[in-house]
Amino acid sequence: MSVRVEHLSIAYRTRSGDVCPVDDVSFSVADGEIMGLAGESGSGKSTLGTSLIYLDARMRCLGGMVELDGQRLPIADSRAMRPYRMTEVSLIPQYAMSALNPTRKVRQLIADLLRSHGVRDREVMAELKRRIALVGLGQDVLDRYSFELSGGMRQRVTLLISTLLDPSLLIADEVTSALDVSTQRAVGEMMMEFRDRGISKSMIVITHDLSILAQVADSILVMYAGRLAERASTGTIIEAPLHPYTQLLLASLPEVGVRYDQTTLTGIPGRPPSLANPPEGCRFRARCPFAFDRCATTPPFEEVAPGHFVACWKAAA
Amino acid sequence: MTSLLRIDRLSKLYGTSRLGGGLVPALRQVSFDIDGGEVVTLIGESGSGKTTLGRIILRLTSASSGQVSFDGQDISAYSGPRLREYYRHVQGVFQDPFSSYNPIYRADRVFELVRASYFGQLPRPRWQDKIEAALHAVALNPGDVLGRYPHQLSGGQQQRLLIARALLLDVKLLIADEIISMLDASTRVDILNLLISLKRSGLAILFITHDLSLGHYVSDRTVILRRGAVVEMGDTVEVFGHPRHPYTRNLLTAVPELHKKWRRPDAGTAADPGGGAAADPPPAASSVARRRRWPARTAQHDGALEPPPLVPVGPGHLAAESEP
Amino acid sequence: MSDVTATAPDAPEPAVAPLPGAPAAAIPLVPRRRGDLVYYALRNRKLVAGLSIEALFVLAALLGPAISPHNTTDYFLAHLPPSAQHWLGTDYFGHDVFAQLVTGLRESYLVGALGALCAALVGMALGFTAGYRGGMLDDVLQMITNIMVMIPSLVLLIVIGAYLKTRGVLFEGVFIGLTTWPWVARAVRAQTFTLRSRDFVDLARLSGRRAWSIVVRDIAPNMASYLFLVVVLLFGSSMLLAASYDFLGLGPTNTISLGTMMNQSTLWSALQLHVWWWFVPPGLVLTGMVAALLVANVGLDEVFNPKLREQ
Repeated sequence: MSVRVEHLSIAYRTRSGDVCPVDDVSFSVADGEIMGLAGESGSGKSTLGTSLIYLDARMRCLGGMVELDGQRLPIADSRAMRPYRMTEVSLIPQYAMSALNPTRKVRQLIADLLRSHGVRDREVMAELKRRIALVGLGQDVLDRYSFELSGGMRQRVTLLISTLLDPSLLIADEVTSALDVSTQRAVGEMMMEFRDRGISKSMIVITHDLSILAQVADSILVMYAGRLAERASTGTIIEAPLHPYTQLLLASLPEVGVRYDQTTLTGIPGRPPSLANPPEGCRFRARCPFAFDRCATTPPFEEVAPGHFVACWKAAA
Repeated sequence: MTSLLRIDRLSKLYGTSRLGGGLVPALRQVSFDIDGGEVVTLIGESGSGKTTLGRIILRLTSASSGQVSFDGQDISAYSGPRLREYYRHVQGVFQDPFSSYNPIYRADRVFELVRASYFGQLPRPRWQDKIEAALHAVALNPGDVLGRYPHQLSGGQQQRLLIARALLLDVKLLIADEIISMLDASTRVDILNLLISLKRSGLAILFITHDLSLGHYVSDRTVILRRGAVVEMGDTVEVFGHPRHPYTRNLLTAVPELHKKWRRPDAGTAADPGGGAAADPPPAASSVARRRRWPARTAQHDGALEPPPLVPVGPGHLAAESEP
Repeated sequence: MSDVTATAPDAPEPAVAPLPGAPAAAIPLVPRRRGDLVYYALRNRKLVAGLSIEALFVLAALLGPAISPHNTTDYFLAHLPPSAQHWLGTDYFGHDVFAQLVTGLRESYLVGALGALCAALVGMALGFTAGYRGGMLDDVLQMITNIMVMIPSLVLLIVIGAYLKTRGVLFEGVFIGLTTWPWVARAVRAQTFTLRSRDFVDLARLSGRRAWSIVVRDIAPNMASYLFLVVVLLFGSSMLLAASYDFLGLGPTNTISLGTMMNQSTLWSALQLHVWWWFVPPGLVLTGMVAALLVANVGLDEVFNPKLREQ
């Protein structure tokens, strides 16, 4: 097992009390696997992904364990996590494109990173050149400032910098959302290539876009309102999902080839529950067309078929 | 029948550095029509000029050359009361629903703005009826949204409210600029279906998007924009079914689909990440970048100010010859 | 229609404030929760400290002349040190220093208010116009602003002063206002540019709103906190500037102010004669007034801008 998360719960403080965007989450990602973490806004997917590497001052870990390559990750202790960041676990945060320091050339950004981890530039120079070519950029990108690069190029530079120290786990948070379709494809294929070459062992790709995950991910984990809804291989999730939320979500995605006068797509009525005051039992109950009495108690996230986990009374039945 | 909106050789140029000239064409000789009750989708990636086009139609930006005619009349001369009359028939909804609201006021102030300019004489109770009718038309419960602040509403509700605002007037044409890209997947489809029901009651819509599957779902005709010029346009099913321009073909192969993996595109137009027909456009021209960069590459990326002409390639289907 | 349209206006130059403590950016006063602002305001040490000290001075200005046992025109023995009868002693002419101090406080506040008001009105009017309209009008207004900046106000004051028989507080206040507005205009212009490109301004245009209405109802309220801080800053800088002019002898000819006190004390060798009670109190009071105001201003900026609040 490359990554193992057990009963992880994260809370953050607000003026109206504690909010739990990650509530008792357990899953594992194998070596060489790209897992997609899908969910809508307010599902907690970003918090889950980023908590594996960094918990900001407002957040705290309420419980649970994270293990990487057999070693426990001290995610609750920010200082203890320092040696792991970028070398074992790396993150490409949301809006990474805008996060590159505009006053420093790319070359200097890379040098800063290497220096802070005690690595000499010379040692990685040859590898760096190879990787720049791998992501499809010219060698001259080292001497550019970030504002001179287009969105797609910046995203690739970010990918490069985040994986420079060969982390075991790469977490990519909404890296394709702001990109054009052709650049999305380029970045997606690049992530797969990085995994194929062993530059990073496993990946967690966080996005709301299931169709990108259908291309890139080996397995998909669906989150809803802070809890896990379903986990299975990509093929299973797309073709035979068991959780009503997954089914409705897939049904609301227009594909090229679908027109309104042939098929009417439907969305999911209602809104996700507020995490400040979550309802009892299954959190999807209010919007679920299949809800029945048992849904008043929280369904456990359990394996109903090999490699297929669902948190739903109807599916488990 | 004269079309509702006619765009004729519209161009928009931005000057870059103050010294030394250099022009960035945001739009190059764009021409197409929109008929009443028709949904036309304008597909383009970033840098294609699609938002600029929408803004020019809404008179929020001026064009450099070319003409936009509504109901047969040139809109560029409008100002003051005539412009207000224009806005009675042509309205817009933008990408970020939250930023369309002034955060210090309640959300329904957007209705008040319309009332002050257009319905000052209408008695309060009749105005209330009008608001409720518009809210019902967008499937919003008045009790849920009236009196609330924008941050208390969801993205879907905010967008619907903005569409309801447009419906208070006598809109014949709605410019919808990426209106669902910031919404969750489960609410997107509802807004799309709302647009379709509005189209069925006679509203023409210019649906601006970068998402091809949305364009295909909702529109009658499609115009594909690349770096400010039209590369292909025509009936939606025809364009998507038989794409002629290499750029269109590239776009279609790059769209991630649920049930099909990305396949290799047609020979001759390899989708390589670094360049080629589907390369992402250069960054917004900054004067520093301009002065430092290689002039030859600049000229190539800008594209000629005169784009290749469109030739008919099928019934109601036009495509341009490929640019280098 | 011209063939080439100018780019979006250049990034506005950073406005150089006359004093430290100028606010960085416009934060709209979004009513997240009623009483939010008050809650944070009461807990901000800088704001509370600054306001309390300022309140003391204001109180002194309001009540001082009433509680002072002597008037400014009464004569006593000269150079009396502070005592029970004369709380701050007397000056060269035998006037009670405390009475002068509290009268001077009033004049200083008055000049400060007048100067701030004038500068704010002119600066905001020009700043909003230039920021909203852009284009040619902006270029012309920029030119005017630059010309105003170049004109040395001290020299101007000397020249104008030479032609006036008497100068009053009104003149001084208005003069300061009309010479310090460029900073305000630039700052307001910069913020207006930023806000003008927001979608809700576009929506207001699409609703047929007129330009002035958009500026007053949509743009200005979103920079309300910024404008408020700017006015407070102007108030402090006007007081300081007035004191400097007074000290040089260019102040009002018919009233006492803190600056004129210091001017008089210097002219009459108070320092050499160790008559510290004549020049130290006005200097200290002036420093205290302006410093308290600026500290309160920084605190207010923190209250308005959640990002500045220390956790």
